[in-house]
Amino acid sequence: MSQPDVKTPLAQHTVAHAWSRFDEADVQGLNAFLALDRDAAASGVEGTLAGIPVAIKDNLATLTLPTTCASRVLEGYVSPFEATAVRKLRDAGAVVIGKTNMDEFAMGSSTENSAYGPTLNPLDRSRVPGGSSGGSAAAVASGVVRLALGSETGGSVRQPAAFCGIVGVKPTYGRVSRYGLVAYASSLDNVGVFGATVAEAALGLETISGHDHFDSTSADLPVPSMVPAAASGERPLAGLVVGKPREYFPDNLDPRIAAHCERALQQLIALGAEVRDVSLPSTDLAVPVYYIIAPAEASSNLARYDGVRYGARVEADNLRSMYEGSRSKGFGEEVTRRILLGTYVLSAGYYDAYYKRAQAVRTLITQEFASVFASGVHLLFTPTTPTPAFRLGELSDPYEMYLSDIFTVTANLAGVPAMSQPIGLVDGLPVGGQFMAPHFDEPTMFRAAAALEASLSIEEATA
Amino acid sequence: MSVTPEDVRHVATLARLGLSEGQIPALVQQLNGILGHMDVLQQVDVSGVPLTPPDQAAPLRPDARPADVLLRSREAFAPAMRDGFFLVPRLTTHGAQGASADEGDAA
Amino acid sequence: MSTNWELVIGLEVHCQLKTRSKIFCGCATSFGEAPNTNTCPVCLGLPGALPVLNAEAVQLATRASLALGCTVHDASVFARKNYFYPDLPKGYQISQFDRPLATEGAVVIGVQADGTPRVIRVHRVHMEEDAGKSVHDRFRDVSAIDLNRAGTPLVEIVSEPDIRTGAEAGAYARRMKQILEYADVSDANMEEGSLRVDVNISIRPSSTSPFGTKTEIKNLNSFSAIERAVEIEFARQVRVLESGGTIEQQTMLYDDKRNEVRPARSKEGSHDYRYFPEPDLPPLRLNAEYIDRQRAALPELPEAKRRRFAADYALGEVEVEQLIVEQALAAHFEAVARASGDARRAANWMLGTVLASVNASGRSLAEHPVTAERLGALIKLEAGGEVSNTAARQLFTMMEQEAGEPLDLAKREGLLQVRDDSALVGWIDEVFAENPAEAARFAGGEKKLQGVLVGLVMKKSKGSADPKKVNQLLGARAG
Ligand SMILES: [Mg+2]
Ligand SMILES: [Zn+2]
Repeated sequence: MSQPDVKTPLAQHTVAHAWSRFDEADVQGLNAFLALDRDAAASGVEGTLAGIPVAIKDNLATLTLPTTCASRVLEGYVSPFEATAVRKLRDAGAVVIGKTNMDEFAMGSSTENSAYGPTLNPLDRSRVPGGSSGGSAAAVASGVVRLALGSETGGSVRQPAAFCGIVGVKPTYGRVSRYGLVAYASSLDNVGVFGATVAEAALGLETISGHDHFDSTSADLPVPSMVPAAASGERPLAGLVVGKPREYFPDNLDPRIAAHCERALQQLIALGAEVRDVSLPSTDLAVPVYYIIAPAEASSNLARYDGVRYGARVEADNLRSMYEGSRSKGFGEEVTRRILLGTYVLSAGYYDAYYKRAQAVRTLITQEFASVFASGVHLLFTPTTPTPAFRLGELSDPYEMYLSDIFTVTANLAGVPAMSQPIGLVDGLPVGGQFMAPHFDEPTMFRAAAALEASLSIEEATA
Repeated sequence: MSVTPEDVRHVATLARLGLSEGQIPALVQQLNGILGHMDVLQQVDVSGVPLTPPDQAAPLRPDARPADVLLRSREAFAPAMRDGFFLVPRLTTHGAQGASADEGDAA
Repeated sequence: MSTNWELVIGLEVHCQLKTRSKIFCGCATSFGEAPNTNTCPVCLGLPGALPVLNAEAVQLATRASLALGCTVHDASVFARKNYFYPDLPKGYQISQFDRPLATEGAVVIGVQADGTPRVIRVHRVHMEEDAGKSVHDRFRDVSAIDLNRAGTPLVEIVSEPDIRTGAEAGAYARRMKQILEYADVSDANMEEGSLRVDVNISIRPSSTSPFGTKTEIKNLNSFSAIERAVEIEFARQVRVLESGGTIEQQTMLYDDKRNEVRPARSKEGSHDYRYFPEPDLPPLRLNAEYIDRQRAALPELPEAKRRRFAADYALGEVEVEQLIVEQALAAHFEAVARASGDARRAANWMLGTVLASVNASGRSLAEHPVTAERLGALIKLEAGGEVSNTAARQLFTMMEQEAGEPLDLAKREGLLQVRDDSALVGWIDEVFAENPAEAARFAGGEKKLQGVLVGLVMKKSKGSADPKKVNQLLGARAG
């Protein structure tokens, strides 16, 4: 049984428990972790997460363990400052037991693009755990930890959560400080949370949320209580309007995934919610927009890896060769490809046609979300991914891989909160259902998700 | 619009990525493949979309904020340091105030 | 060649704002610290660090913009200027591009022959961060990078190509320094690099021809270097075009030691900075009330002061310019003029004796022992003829050393002029008695002897006689 044991209270999942689970045969060789702190112990800090072991994606700065972003260019780099989200977890008493594997600089959807080898899906080792936060997802799905931090730029928490059968949440842009999150695409990046349950994910997110003076895009808003109260009554979701955007249910969607979503929507209705058909017409533009804006920002964000102040350096007798040697040796294939793509779309003569236009379409997408939410719809419900976990090496064409983000990138473009939770199985592999909510309305999202989690049986599709 | 090998070399130069000639044909093909999917954006009517930035304002911090601390010395992460300076290969031309023609301009 | 080439010049001025901390982090902006000690995750460009804008930098940039007569915009947008250089930690400079802080200002650099002001338009003012320093003479084998300066707040002030001579370029730069100092936003010191000037220069056959290809001259570290470099580059461009060549758009470096302008090593490939809006910083928004408050807080600026001085004090153009070079000097002059009631003499004293004394002593005007009130009293004595010009200068020197009113000092030292008729007539009588031949010739109409006789009377009085009175009395005795 590889699934997290969610029957015991979170408080009983101690550091010792994490290590004993980690050392079990079915966890060995997953390559979920890039670094471990075997000496990590409860700090004695009293808090909502006192003594709870957590795993941190390797693109969040930590003080004792290296922060490599799964890249050669940062091999062995230990940050001299700590990410705000990590500090908040520790301030709540959590114990950081390790840094988790990822696609290099969060560029990927399978955790195959790691300089330190791929992470395997704990539910089926021939398959990917999703990505880019695949290590954190595997760490939770294998039961080593029940709470882990990931990061999202286009679905990098929700997609691996779906592939690994756990809960993954991407907050509203600005809800969680990005200070100490190594930038991939700054206008899209979020710190996200994996949990074994909706409530635990909500607790994790509530803990790391809040305004931070070190991040100019951090929202200066109070943090609401996010952990949903246990559902009461027959129709706990009465009054809630859930939109079903038709663009997320295309004709070519795997019918078994469509069937699971339909079953979940019926359950929401049973819980008292109203389900309404809605439309987000620009959805099919999201992946093209994303793959212009994200690489463009990345090409700039990754310019700092030049071998001058930190990180890998290839010595040379002139500056140019030092730069080119350090960077070409330090970056993997996908990172190189996205830097080239991003540099191209920003370069003279192409900026207007690509970058500027993509920003305009991004605004359109954002406006469509706003108008759907303004029409009285409280939440949207969709599949998280078009397929369950694919096999290692199965997707070799870059754009085919990019399309696995098709249902998740929109939330990053619009900055709205979103989450994935298990809603069924296809050939034994988990399928995720996604909620999206208006800006800063994580509590409503968690309330619906928790009610669904409590009442929906996770079973094979019958379609 | 179609990416040429020359474009890839130019962009690699801008991005200081040392590519071997052997890598170029595959990259040309991949970039064209990806950018081909972007063409759909050219058909979108964005004329009504406001270009003004979103209604957000940069927060301002007081001048007196204490310096953010480094909990590890610069020497602990610098690839090459001497007498407190980061070292780089000798730069060939320079101006007195840092303006240099090697790689770009100061300020 | 007969072509009367017109020189077209635009200046880009980078000015460090005098904040305590850097523009995007809390590191100190102080000079002279050990290398890389004023650095933190943000200004080292460490993975995961983010910029947060310094309110004081915004305020000083706004003041600078308003002092230059610009319109400050309610929204401006930071952008990334991408290029690689070891003293640029992030691989991009955070600057402003298509939506700068302020636009459309004007700087008056002087008065034209017809009496109208010579105006140079300011195209834009934007905020940005400074780069670090590359040090090349520290180690023989390698270059050394010091990032203490990286992240120092700057404003970049770009003029329109309105400048036509090297002298005007120098005058614009000097006026720029003066305005920035008046607005109290910067030390604006070219030698120390807190004011840096790049010159864009092109030539064209006539003032109606389209602009020619421009070159940019960098590395100018004094006002006179600007003037010299412009003349050298002007001559070079004329030579090139008159011999049938073309001007190449390039960056030139001025070599102060050799007084030479030469091309910077040619750059590989063209520059393509790939500007795009900085996603880590929302737009800078300033409301009208804030901008008005900053405007109201500005002091009287050089051009207004120049006009007022010219109108109120009846002084020459050159003197006015000299008096308003610095605010402190202008203010001190005004205090002296008030105390003495004689602006003419006050200006002469300030620009002569007082400045010489200040420069020699290394003291500031504020600390000078001869305060405006004391100098005013001294000027009154001089103007009233109670002490001679020479005695007044002696008294000034004394007043630098000791306290006391100038009148008391003059009495003590016997420097008051004797103006009493009976005493003066007595001395004149004695001189006439001792020099009967000259006295007779003078009485006979030989007026040119008056000077000799005055001298003798002065000698007899040991310099204390009032020469004006002596002249009057002698005149009455002339034939
Ligand atoms: Mg600049
Ligand atoms: Zn700093």
